[in-house]
Amino acid sequence: MISTLADAKVGQTVRVKKILGQGALRRRIMDMGITKGVCITVRKLAPLGDPMQLTLRGYELTLRHENASLIETEICFQ
Amino acid sequence: MALRIALIGNPNSGKTTLFNLLTGENQYVGNWPGVTVEKKEGKLRDKENITITDLPGIYSLSPYSPEEIVARNFLLDENPDVILNIVDGTNLERNLYLTTQLLELGIPVVIAVNMFELVRKRGDKIDFTLLSQRLGCRVIPISAITGEGVNKVADAAILATHESRQVINMHPFCGIVEHALAHIEEAVLKEIPLNLQRWYSIKIFERDMYVLEKLNISKDALNSLETSIREAEKELDDSTEGIIANERYQFIDQIKQGAYQRSAYYDMTPSNKIDKLLTNRFLALPIFALIMFFVYYISISLVGGWTTKWINATLLGKGAYLGSHWIQGLPLVLSNLFTKWNVSAILSDLVIKGILAGCGAVLSFLPQMFTLFVCITFLEDCGYMSRIAFILDKLFRKFGLSGKSFIPFLVASGCGVPGIMATRTIENENDRRLTIITTTFIPCGAKLPMIALISATLFGGSALVALSAYLVGILAIIISGFILKKSKSFSGNVAPFVMELPDYRLPRFLNLWRTVLDRTLSYIKKAGSIILISSILLWLGTKFSGGSNGIAYTPNLALEKSLLGRLASYFLFLFKPLGFGNVRAVIATIMGLIAKEEIVAVFGVLDIANMSMLAGYSFLIFNLLCAPCVAAMAAIKKEMYSWKWTLFAISYQCVFAYCVSLIIFQLGKFYSGARANPLGVTVSAVILGILTYWLSKERNK
Repeated sequence: MISTLADAKVGQTVRVKKILGQGALRRRIMDMGITKGVCITVRKLAPLGDPMQLTLRGYELTLRHENASLIETEICFQ
Repeated sequence: MALRIALIGNPNSGKTTLFNLLTGENQYVGNWPGVTVEKKEGKLRDKENITITDLPGIYSLSPYSPEEIVARNFLLDENPDVILNIVDGTNLERNLYLTTQLLELGIPVVIAVNMFELVRKRGDKIDFTLLSQRLGCRVIPISAITGEGVNKVADAAILATHESRQVINMHPFCGIVEHALAHIEEAVLKEIPLNLQRWYSIKIFERDMYVLEKLNISKDALNSLETSIREAEKELDDSTEGIIANERYQFIDQIKQGAYQRSAYYDMTPSNKIDKLLTNRFLALPIFALIMFFVYYISISLVGGWTTKWINATLLGKGAYLGSHWIQGLPLVLSNLFTKWNVSAILSDLVIKGILAGCGAVLSFLPQMFTLFVCITFLEDCGYMSRIAFILDKLFRKFGLSGKSFIPFLVASGCGVPGIMATRTIENENDRRLTIITTTFIPCGAKLPMIALISATLFGGSALVALSAYLVGILAIIISGFILKKSKSFSGNVAPFVMELPDYRLPRFLNLWRTVLDRTLSYIKKAGSIILISSILLWLGTKFSGGSNGIAYTPNLALEKSLLGRLASYFLFLFKPLGFGNVRAVIATIMGLIAKEEIVAVFGVLDIANMSMLAGYSFLIFNLLCAPCVAAMAAIKKEMYSWKWTLFAISYQCVFAYCVSLIIFQLGKFYSGARANPLGVTVSAVILGILTYWLSKERNK
């Protein structure tokens, strides 16, 4: 089964394998530094369970689960 | 020679602080033509011939947001002499992403690495010489907070304007991409100036719709290019936009090697510690509610209540003791003066009842708006605002709004005009439009006297009336969200919620003060002028009678006989089904469109006591939800930037208000067992039925 960023648990660090989707959303995600090979740590979830707070490239980013499910990931051993 | 510097950088990189430092008092704030994106320009301190343009804070030069398009168009079309790129030194990686794009524009670039004081404190190491070599431009550490390096950066920018505009390609993409780029340059870009060719070729490679449209490339040429673009896509298994973004970040990873050393990675920056509390799973919402209650209480209840009372009772009322002296209120002072000077009755009436009353209305809102602006700007500048969006997003998205919609609603509880203005921070167009349409459903300060009057005369002063007014407002927002989300123009293009959570920072007093001042002044300009004009119009409408012998000024005119009264009588039939088809109520409603606080002025207590409780409540709800006052309508026009959307917003509000009042009055009458009109009951039952069906369908989805 393919795992996505949306499946990652709080505290987990994952590596980006592929970014699905298209157009403005995909470009925006990549502009913010989510590109192939980058490691992302899931820091926490918002009080109502969504969106998620991520740490990547030394800064904090928030993303909704529905958008995070476009990002295919694998376990990051770093 | 006049020089032009373009200041650009990511949001939260300290751009505004640097701009303020560079320009001092020499600033001009306006709007970019065609969009509601703020444009700021200023002259460099002590250098009258050097203009700095503060471009919107953006992460990339992609063609997907109005801010990005504004910045791109400025850089390409206005061709500034130098780009001053401010980057956050504590967040170098992502900030340099924009830099890699700026370097391709064929304009000299100077990079200011801001927050150097924090970089030093954290123990991060940046080799500026190496960075400068690798990027091919000047790189200067600055601290906008302490002012360190700011003069140096200004000098460097001026120096750089003399440099050649040739793009030194510091960043080659991989072979197949470069091959495609060369093909593009060769095939369609021969006419373009040499220094812009690289930028345009990359944009064509990315299939950037704006560039393709602008260059007007022939179909045949485009088809042949498409082949080589497809080849690259196939080979690298990604879209061209993805390929380019990927390679930019790879390039940044390369230049970081040896030039940037983050001190041993630490989890617990001060920001993370604060977030442990403020976005805590259990505490986040209570803390948020507490902060908002505090903001509301201070500005609207405390400051607002006190000043409004003082202005109405003292300044524009009887007057007050100053020490042992009795100082008369302005109306009395003026009317005494006018009698002394033999000013005609009509003029004196105009000044006192028209102009002075209008000024008073503006004035009474000013202190609470100012306080509210201070609080909100503080929350914005310190970084809490994006946390609000973070913790509320899920809730607000349920009815088609964004987490950032909360702030306009809060501001609107004071006054709808700045509430509508506050929607600017919402990036997504659909979310913003929806928020603009629904913002004025929240009872504003001007509607409170009406609520109090109805509650006092018909409901024995029950606090439930006021509570229900806010509840109806919130419900109206939620229901409208559901309804409008269904409509075609709002569906599709779901807003990507990809938002940075910037580090918390203590706002700088000067920045805070400047923003608050800008906002207050723009409120005075926008609301002030319109409120003033409309109170004069209102005076005309109520003090002049129209009859067979023409229009004439008549002192002590009965409202029913005034011009406004005659106008109202034409609309009586419309309001009969809502239960308030009497002239005074309709006059009040019309006057409410000019300024909601005027509604109370129309009624004596007796007039309302003649209404039934149901009719009074229906009247209240209609006036709460229908089109806002002209000042707010003008603000809607300004923020929508389109007549079509403005008219849609206002008609939607009116129709919605009408339906709700109809349902309340007709079904209320039916329920209470009074003789109800079968047609009215049927129509309102049908409307209610459709609404319930819609909502339940939405919930099941």
